[in-house]
Amino acid sequence: MLDRLLVIMRRIAPAVLILLAVTTIVAAQSPAQDGFVPVTGNEADVEKLPAAPLVFAAYAFVWVAMIGYVFSLWRRLVRVERELTDVTARLEARRR
Amino acid sequence: MRSTATRLVPILLGLSAVMFAAAPYVIDTAPYEATMGLVQRIFYFHFPAAMLMLVASVVCGVASALYLWRRRPGADHVAVAAAELAVVLGAIVLVTGPLWARKSWNVWWVWEARITSTFVMWMVFNAYVLLRRFGGVGSEVLSAAVGVFGMALVPFIYWSVNMWRTLHPLTTVVPKLPVDMGRVLLWCVIAFLFWCLALLILRVRLESARRELDEAYLMVED
Repeated sequence: MLDRLLVIMRRIAPAVLILLAVTTIVAAQSPAQDGFVPVTGNEADVEKLPAAPLVFAAYAFVWVAMIGYVFSLWRRLVRVERELTDVTARLEARRR
Repeated sequence: MRSTATRLVPILLGLSAVMFAAAPYVIDTAPYEATMGLVQRIFYFHFPAAMLMLVASVVCGVASALYLWRRRPGADHVAVAAAELAVVLGAIVLVTGPLWARKSWNVWWVWEARITSTFVMWMVFNAYVLLRRFGGVGSEVLSAAVGVFGMALVPFIYWSVNMWRTLHPLTTVVPKLPVDMGRVLLWCVIAFLFWCLALLILRVRLESARRELDEAYLMVED
């Protein structure tokens, strides 16, 4: 009885070993990434990204946007007021 | 003949320019934030722009509602001016925010409640400005409805961080600011406020000049 059991074990042993090895290799592999997960805590410093260029870029953008808008508005206003003066002058000339 | 408001523009712009020029030195006096460090200093420009963007949206919404009710051109001019300001301030918020987030959250952008709703509101005011630019005759009424809709998003944006757990700091951050940080923030808020007031007055003047020009052309054609 015991001999028969040993024979069976000897026959299936290679298959069990192969199965265990394959399972171990598959389990050790990291799963394929099926999506990106944003950080939720203070893991942000992992890359040690320098802050100064980001702060400089933010301040520069604010100044450029503000000065740019003032300049754009001023140009539009000057153009419209000049046109208004011309049209008003034409109207007054016609009245005379 | 220039109005008193128009005469205030150079004063407001001058004060704002001086305050913005001094802002880096004033900000430098504020203490570093414990977890975020240097990058937290983006907050001193990001928060005033966000706050005034919401104020500009409310001004646009109220002026639009007044225009829909009474059809007064003055209300429409204020609505246009405030909508354009909301677009400029929104662009500042949506650019400085990701620059800050890249360092403190390790991401440029997260589709969470506060950021997404701010982006949606910015798109609504872009739609308002585009409608006014290309909508032709009658676009004042359509854009006024858009302005009221844009204003309706303001409470949702403000309370979004308290209603949902998000990465964005809560509304309790500013009231709880230490004095050293609070006075620096106040400096930047006032600088932004002067700039916004000056630009609002100028933009209203532009819109009323355009209306006068349209009327003058009609008289020339007659």
